[in-house]
Order: sequence, then structure tokens, then C-alpha cells
Amino acid sequence: MASHPQLADIGSDYAQRYGFRDPEQYFLKAPKGLSHEVVEMISRLKGEPEWMRTFRHRALDTFLARPLPSWGNTELLSQIDFDQITYFVRATERQGESWDDVPADIKRTFDRLGIPEAERKFLAGVSAQYESEVVYHSVKEELTRQGVIFLDMDSGLREHEALVRQYFATVIPAEDNKFAALNTAVWSGGSFVYVPPGVEVAIPLQAYFRINAERMGQFERTLIVADEGAKVHYIEGCTAPVYSTHSLHSAVVELIARRGARIRYTTIQNWATNIYNLVTKRAVAYEDAVVEWVDGNIGSRLTMKYPSILLKGERAHGEVLSIAFAGPGQHQDAGAKAIHLAPNTSSKITSKSISRDTGRATYRGMVKVRHGAHGSRTAVQCDALLIGEKARTDTYPTMEIAEDDVRIEHEARVSRLGDEQLFYLRSRGISEDQARLMIVNGFIEPFVKELPMEYAVELNRLIALEMEGSVG
Amino acid sequence: MKEQQAVVFSCQDVHVWVADREVVKGVSLAVAPGEVHAIMGPNGSGKSSLANALMGHPAYTLEGRIELAGQDVTALSPDQKARAGMFLAFQYPVAIPGVSVASFLRAALTAVRGREVPVREFRRELAARMDELEMDPAFAGRYLNDGFSGGEKKRLEILQLLMLRPRLALLDETDSGLDIDALKVVAAGINAAAREEVGMVLITHYQRLLDHVQPHVVHVFVNGRIVRSGGPELALELESRGYDWLAPQDGRV
Repeated sequence: MASHPQLADIGSDYAQRYGFRDPEQYFLKAPKGLSHEVVEMISRLKGEPEWMRTFRHRALDTFLARPLPSWGNTELLSQIDFDQITYFVRATERQGESWDDVPADIKRTFDRLGIPEAERKFLAGVSAQYESEVVYHSVKEELTRQGVIFLDMDSGLREHEALVRQYFATVIPAEDNKFAALNTAVWSGGSFVYVPPGVEVAIPLQAYFRINAERMGQFERTLIVADEGAKVHYIEGCTAPVYSTHSLHSAVVELIARRGARIRYTTIQNWATNIYNLVTKRAVAYEDAVVEWVDGNIGSRLTMKYPSILLKGERAHGEVLSIAFAGPGQHQDAGAKAIHLAPNTSSKITSKSISRDTGRATYRGMVKVRHGAHGSRTAVQCDALLIGEKARTDTYPTMEIAEDDVRIEHEARVSRLGDEQLFYLRSRGISEDQARLMIVNGFIEPFVKELPMEYAVELNRLIALEMEGSVG
Repeated sequence: MKEQQAVVFSCQDVHVWVADREVVKGVSLAVAPGEVHAIMGPNGSGKSSLANALMGHPAYTLEGRIELAGQDVTALSPDQKARAGMFLAFQYPVAIPGVSVASFLRAALTAVRGREVPVREFRRELAARMDELEMDPAFAGRYLNDGFSGGEKKRLEILQLLMLRPRLALLDETDSGLDIDALKVVAAGINAAAREEVGMVLITHYQRLLDHVQPHVVHVFVNGRIVRSGGPELALELESRGYDWLAPQDGRV
């Protein structure tokens, strides 16, 4: 809104603000295309233990054997040319522990994106990934003293091999789907977080992901373990330059919330509209644990992402709150899964999508209540807002309920940004542009209010940019 | 009626179409500051179409001329009209979920006054006006018209009227759906606006609002036309005789 001082500098667009690119002067770049040689090279470069090296090669075989998904946007998926992608780029020789250690041009990138400033102001720890690897990393001393581990995944594997081996790929096995297999074969970067029993990380940890090179593939791998009664909030953001060619981002994120733990995972995905964003995210929640996925998808050409929660312990609770904004030419195929495996578990899925112009938003959701999960409750709400005649939305909710004493609520609503709403606001002197923005911001308000203040402001600003020129 | 220079709002020979159907067939009005006009007529006579078309609703096509404070505003967009000082209180205000009453009002006030209204000043003004209308302060934090009762919606329209203080307000069936207590509060708000020199056009179906708001001029509106104009006594006559006796005279005044 115009009255929001932080939003006063609206007027730049993605290309200027995020879409800039650095020259590709890299320390090391794998030859393009995917092969066992490339996998071997990545593993050797990282000096990995044998089990991980074997794991990668097996995953590559799985990837090669699997067909592309036969659902979702198969037309766009079939356009991915896996032979043209570069799977590993090492931008700098070593990781920085202070911003001064980061090479000047890369640091400038993160300066422009406001990351060092955000770190100073309100974060407990920061990880900044540039291409395949984390180039900067820091965590507040106090957290380290409490035994909290917040590392990039490569360092995590080096420094805490036993812990990583215990949990790695236990929630999302490589065989889960073609893109999970791809990630497991060529993964690099991402975060490893471990919060010891009873420790509460009061302010958020943040990871920032940046793709710079053309036809690049980024495959970060994140594993977060909150031990019994622990609490953590992890936030990730992503951007990339605008190229005419496509790049691929295919992450795997696994969350493990032990008994009574609480994990919130917030994503503000703002990839350039040439990025394919095919991500697998899944959490396990044990007894009395709470897992929340807060998932905002603004950018990318095609996103296919369905954050999932396995409710494995009694009284576990899971929530997925998501918004998707599909502008011209974009397809946001997003959703959620909640699998109730234990008695008296509960889940809540709230999905909001906005499709504008030729944008397309799909909600794809699944709720399962398995035998024995009696007394479980689930509530699913999908709201879609269409702007313009060509905008499109589809909803594919699936429910499989194997118990009788469960409470199931499902609500789906599609509305069109209406003439009556616009006229009402305009009759109060509010311009058409501002009126549209108010209606859209109102629509996503339930999502925005779950974000830390700084992210709420940023998201409103992004939406304002997306809505620019949406009139007429 | 009034001298020419005292007129704040006028419309001349206004015709309104919805698609191909002519629903208003030549209406002229002249309203002075603080003057209250009542337009009374049966359901479906085109009263609401007139109000919406005057404000610039895109579903209507309007021909004729509208002047506000001496300026031709006929071709202006609804938001330009509002910034020039026109206001429409809606018969059925729409809900806008996620937008609070307070943030909406502040945006509207900023637009209409053409300057940012400081938060403290805004809060003070809002609290005072809400108190006048016997509204719970918590109301300001609710989402605009979302889940409001009929009475709450109408009070909010009057709150906006008092906050935005236009030159001319069109009130479309603001009395409908109100119980007697709410009606009195709404009427007090309308009288307060009139005292503050807002020209008022009340569109109503019933006499009962006019028990609490004394109109200066009453127009009888039948089948897209004003068929008779007169003083407050005309409203009383309509109350006792209905509209039927006017129907045969269907024609321009």
C-alpha cells in the first residue's frame, strides 16, 4: 500500500533488482551434461566418505531409469534438456566466515540483495549459496554455545558425519521421485541444522540461494533435525538473473521434528521466470511435534512443489500455508500433503493462489488418514483469485481416509478480482492500480501475517511489482 | 430553489443504459450545499441505477452532463469523481477480506485529501466519528464488510461519509435493513453531514428514514423519470397514497 513507507521505492522491476548477472569467472565448473563422471567429480572434489559417493552413483542410476512425471505440466517438463545443464559450479575457492572474506563481485551481489543488512538486523545465522556452494556462512556465537549446528550441508557432512548419515535421505529416499534422485546424485550446498533437546532458537536462521550462471542447475540439499522439545525457524529466499535459456533448481529438503519439537520452514521463492523449480520437501513429526511449512511462490517458469508432513507420533500437528502468484507465462503447480499415521494427529492446509493474465495456478493436495490414526482431524482450504479473462486455476484434492472417527473439512473457492470490489474502492478515491493491489494484498493477508515483519514488507513489495501494469 | 452559484451538484438530462436497456430516461437535479434531496420510488424504478451511474459504475452507460462545484465531471472515472468530492453510500457494500476498516479508511482519506494523513491525527478522527455512530472501537480492525451484519455495513457507509466529507453524497437505500435504533444512528449521521454542508441525495423506498431526516426537496421517481418534485409534504402524501396515483402521469416534469 502507498501508506507503507517501506514500499515507497516501488518502481524498479525484477531485471534491475534481482535479474542482474555477474561475469562467469569461476574457480571450477563441471562440463555440462549429466554422467557418472560428473557425479564422481563432485564427490571427489568434496572429499566425501565412500558411502556418500556410492549413494550418489546409485541415485544417478535411479534418475536415469525413471521417466519424467506423467502429471503436472508435462509439456514444460519435457522441454528440460538435461544434457545442456551445468551440474556443478564452484564459484570461489573457500567459504567466507565474514563478508570481507567473500570475493568482491559475489559480495556485491548479496549486498544488492540486502543479505548482510538483514543478517545484522534480525537473523541468528546466515548461509548464502552462490551457484553450487555456500560462499558465506555465519551463526551467532550464543547458538554455537547451546550446541546448535547450522552449517552448509557439505561442511555438515565433513564435521558431523555420523549425525548426517543417521538422517540423510531417511525422509526422502532417492527412489522417491525422479527429481529427488537427481538431487541425491548431484547435490551440493544447502543447510544442515541440528538443534539439541530443549533448545529454542528464538530468531530465524536464514539461507539465501542465488543462481548466476546461464543453464545452471542448483541442487541444494537441506536437512533440519529438531531434537526433543527443540524449536527452530528457518527461512530461505531465492533469486536469479533473467536469461532467455532455462535453468533448473531442484532441491531436497528433509525436516525431522522429534518428540515435542517445533519446526517452521518459510520459503519466499522469487526465481526469475526462466527457472524450473522442481523441489521435494517433506517432514516427519513425532509425538506432540509441530511442523509448519510457510511457502510463498512468486517466481519461476514452472514450480512443482508439494510440502509434505508425515504425522508419525500421537498428537503431532502439521500445517502448510502457501501462496502462489502466477504471472504471465508462469505455472505454479503447488500444494501440500499430510499423511496421518498416528492417532489424534491434526493437519491444516491453507492454499491461496493468484493467477494473472496467462498465469496458471494449480493446487494439488493429498490427505491420507491411515488405519490406526483414529481421532485425527484435517482441514483443507483452497482459495484461488483470478485476474483477467485468460487466467487459469485448477484444483486436484485427493483424500484417502481409512478411519471413521476423524474430522475432515475441505473448502475450495475460486473468485475473480471483481468489478464490484474495484468500484467500491474507486468510489472512495482509490486509484484502480492501488485498488487492485489492496484486494490482492487482502487476499494474501492470512499468509503475510505469518511472516516476520521484514519478509512481510518484502513480499508486499514483490506483489506490488507483479501487479504493476496489470490494468487493461 | 437556490441561486445558481449556490448549487454544488447538478445533473442535466441524464440517461442511463444497462446493456441495451434504458433504465434512466432523462433526469435533472440541482443540489445546494447542505441541502437534502430525497428520491423516492417503487422497486425497480431505476433509482439505484441512477446513483451507480452518476458515480461512474462501469456496467452503466451514461449520457447527459454532471457538474460538481462548477466543474464538468461527467467523463471522470469513479476515483477521480471521489477525489473531486462525490460519494456513494452503497445499498449492498461488498466485502474485501484481508483489508481492515482502518487501513482502507486511511487509504481513502489519503486519496481524497491528496496528502498522507498522519497516523495519530487519523486515529483521533476515526475514534471520534466512530463514537458518534455508537460503533465499537474494535470494529476498525475488522476486515472490510467481511461478515458484517446489514446494520454494521450501513453504519460503516455513514462513517465513511463523515470521514471523507464529500461535497455531494448519494445514499442508495441506506435505510434498508436497519432496526429502529440503527436507523436513528444513521439518520443522525446524515443530519450531521448535512450540517457540515454536504449536499445529499437520499434514495429511498420508504418514508421511515424521512421521519428522522428532514428533506428540503422530495422527488418521486417512477419508471426511470422524476414524475413529481415538491417539499417534505410530498413524502407524506406518498406514504398514505402509495405510488400508483402517480403512474398515469408518467412523463417528464
